[in-house]
Amino acid sequence: MLHSDESCSALAREDTMHIPDGFLSREVALGTYAASGLGVGMALRKLQHALDERMVPVIGMMAAFIFAAQMLNFPVATGTSGHFMGCALAVFVLGPAGGLLVMTLVLVLQCLLAGDGGLTALGANVFNMGVVGCLVSSIFAIGARWTARGRRAPFLAAGAVAAFLSIVLASACCSVELALSGTAQLWVTLAAMVGVHALIGVAEAAITVAALSALLSARPDLVATWPQPDANLLQPTLTQKGGGT
Amino acid sequence: MKGIWIVAAVGLLIALVLGGMLSPFASSRPDGLERVAEDKGFAEKGQGEPAMKAPMPDYTIPSVRNGLTSARLGGVIGTLLAFGVGIGAAFCLRALHAGASKSKIEHRKSGIQ
Repeated sequence: MLHSDESCSALAREDTMHIPDGFLSREVALGTYAASGLGVGMALRKLQHALDERMVPVIGMMAAFIFAAQMLNFPVATGTSGHFMGCALAVFVLGPAGGLLVMTLVLVLQCLLAGDGGLTALGANVFNMGVVGCLVSSIFAIGARWTARGRRAPFLAAGAVAAFLSIVLASACCSVELALSGTAQLWVTLAAMVGVHALIGVAEAAITVAALSALLSARPDLVATWPQPDANLLQPTLTQKGGGT
Repeated sequence: MKGIWIVAAVGLLIALVLGGMLSPFASSRPDGLERVAEDKGFAEKGQGEPAMKAPMPDYTIPSVRNGLTSARLGGVIGTLLAFGVGIGAAFCLRALHAGASKSKIEHRKSGIQ
């Protein structure tokens, strides 16, 4: 496909939903920064008391996986491309607060390291792909925990729906922010954005289900929203003893 | 605990394969927002100077001339950094919690005395 140097350097990846500098008005930029700050602050507060030692490597793994997967743009219909977002996966594996932490870290790194998403639009990007995506996913993750009761199929189905809705809602929020900024007309952009991201959402759901079921097969105890068997109630004490090694 | 680090290492390896081997072959078609911006005629608004110059623009290493190598190296470095940042943040949060609960215990102790 792309083997020459030329075609590779032509790989401009401004990104699916990563808003660049210049698209947002000052008010919208500041407002979304404030909303994201509030959301991330709440997640950090929660995590400060609930971050199990066992979650540390998983957080690193999820950040690396989502960062890498977000670089892979796949072609969608009519000359457009899309990429995995990972919000639903992060929330289902790490819980709402852990999921938002990972999404925020990935988005900040993308912005500061690769200029993917503008610094002035970082608040909006964290809001769309982090706060909103994690909120939607959390509703489904918590719902699945209680209704699926350890059955894989409904649990994975909840993951798929969460993945689809998170990316569609994130794109809708992006459209609203662009409209509020006076950059684009609301209905025109909303229809186009949601249309494209409904297609991307199908791939998002597929990748989320694949990754989630792989992790469930390998280590179900590492999936925070998966109901753990009663025997695991003893595990925190066991791991704390063994944790020093 | 050791087993979890092994799982994380396997996950990191998969991520490195995605980021390092496949990322140069990612679709270069305009993506969702870019596409809509082009179609609806507001793409030029984003063409101005970014607020900050990124050290690795578009996940490539500017000092590496070969485009393919540059994209691969960028993908690998970015993925490793994401892993490190994740672990680092998680450790910091745990350390903060440990510090907070320690001072709470000391506070209580001094209260008893």
